[in-house]
Amino acid sequence: MTLRNRWRKTLSYVMLSLTGVCAVVAVATLFLILGYLVYNGWRSIDWNFFTQLSKPAGETGGGMKNAIVGSFQIILLATAIGLPVGFMAGVYLAEFGGKTFAFLVRYMADLLNGVPSIVIGIFAYAVVVVPMHGNSAVAGGFALALILIPITARSTEQFMTSVPETLREGALALGASKWRTIATVVVPAAYRGIATGMILGVARIAGETAPLLFTSGSSDNMNGLGQPTASLPVMIFYRALSPYDDWHRQAWAAGMVLLLLVLLANIAARMILSRGISVQK
Amino acid sequence: MATSVRMSAPPPTGARALLLRLRNGDEVARLITLAFACIILLVTVGLIYQLWSTSALPRHKFGFGFLTSSQWNPVTGEFGAVPFIYGTVVTSLIALLIAVPLGVGAAIFLAELAPPRISSTFTFFIELLAAVPSVIYGLLAFFALVPLMRDYVEPFLRKTMGFLPVFSGTIFGLGYLTAGVILAIMTLPFIISISREALLEVPTEQREAALALGATRWESTWQAVVPYARLGIFGSVFLGLARALGETMAVTMVIGNDPKVHESMFALGYSIAAIIANEFSEATTDLHVQSLVLLGLVLFLLTIVINALARLLIIATARRGSS
Repeated sequence: MTLRNRWRKTLSYVMLSLTGVCAVVAVATLFLILGYLVYNGWRSIDWNFFTQLSKPAGETGGGMKNAIVGSFQIILLATAIGLPVGFMAGVYLAEFGGKTFAFLVRYMADLLNGVPSIVIGIFAYAVVVVPMHGNSAVAGGFALALILIPITARSTEQFMTSVPETLREGALALGASKWRTIATVVVPAAYRGIATGMILGVARIAGETAPLLFTSGSSDNMNGLGQPTASLPVMIFYRALSPYDDWHRQAWAAGMVLLLLVLLANIAARMILSRGISVQK
Repeated sequence: MATSVRMSAPPPTGARALLLRLRNGDEVARLITLAFACIILLVTVGLIYQLWSTSALPRHKFGFGFLTSSQWNPVTGEFGAVPFIYGTVVTSLIALLIAVPLGVGAAIFLAELAPPRISSTFTFFIELLAAVPSVIYGLLAFFALVPLMRDYVEPFLRKTMGFLPVFSGTIFGLGYLTAGVILAIMTLPFIISISREALLEVPTEQREAALALGATRWESTWQAVVPYARLGIFGSVFLGLARALGETMAVTMVIGNDPKVHESMFALGYSIAAIIANEFSEATTDLHVQSLVLLGLVLFLLTIVINALARLLIIATARRGSS
């Protein structure tokens, strides 16, 4: 073997091993994040975290019951607006969309999807917070719904278009009308994919912080939907940057709870998708 | 004679036709879903209109000077975007500098070398990494990455490469470099998963041809496979860039919040998203609020251009891969 060939072989081994190192580094990052967060979160979490309201600055103790409830309120509102709108728009894109108009809607959905979440916050502030004269769970829910709509629409469309055309033709040939075909054949065939997309979308908005900063705001109490509402992500942000050790501890606990919820939702969504092979690519 | 024979009733026209179609439900279903699709259209157009109309004040007062002034002083009413655009772009570029080699390397491993089981497990973990909320990255960066950068990485860089102006000056731990590193971690999963898909689209013949000509495994990968997938890889880079530009929480927590332009990467800075997050709810004058909205508009335009480029490149590879 000539020297040059030996060099080429060595280079090949070295570079290929390096790519392996890159992959291991990327995956190790996830476990580092998880490990570090669970380590700090586990030391910090206690029952008070779930059962007590947050305390204002200067008082020690307290928990995040208001933020947990507030997060659920905001996410429920966002889900109630975002999922139906996104789903129906997705059905339109997959089944009824013509050429030009569907292209336009698809383009706009992708554009909306790419808008930085802080900009969505500005928009929700102008549209909801200003007319309502103050922060509220409704405004936060609205902001998160705007993020959820394009995600749901595009994933619903994607999974519905991957349902084989022969299924539709079969139903139509039996005399079913188009909407009946969609409701009883296409959607059931694609429902695992659609559900996966929806869960991933909800998991995504559950961790969103930037659009909530000046829409739902923050509060130490549990208020109605029209009042300022605390949420876990916003709480993490303020507590982490505060000068108090006790608040840092609470930020870690909240971070762990939030991350575990989001990751569990992601894992569940992927399991739903992989178990049912009803949708062929 | 033949002309008098009527084959069938003429098809109904106009309102009658619509009524007929309404009766079997398809038209109703179409109109309902169309209405929901229009919501997306309305929201997007409304968003752009809102950003444009609520930033009128600084646009008229400063004009293009807004984009070239580096003064940001709410007290005297001077607003310029330069420190924020600089901070946004610099942190994103640092992120790409770290994430692109690492991400493309990992994608090559996952697409070309790893056995399917390992590849799919790793891909699963990397997709989970993409799902971690940005405030969590911020939390970790603030408590773990900042001390690490302050005590080890930045002193090391200053000692070895301190003759470069970008690696000199006071070390805080916070600042451009730390923000760039956390952005690199956040963009990495996007670059890996999309580059991997682009590499998987490359036809097997491409590899076989290179190997048959006597190329080593690496030469075949680097000279035959990667160039073939380059558009998709560029697409993934732009997508990562768009995400890095718009990233708010993690950057806000570690960039240091100093509205000035600094040469040193160790210095404290500011980004567009961070200043909006910090000042929007506390701004009192209309000019201040509207200047922040205008910054939001600048950020919005920046990300849609980058996103559009990314999508074009990804579509281009998908087309070529299938033909």
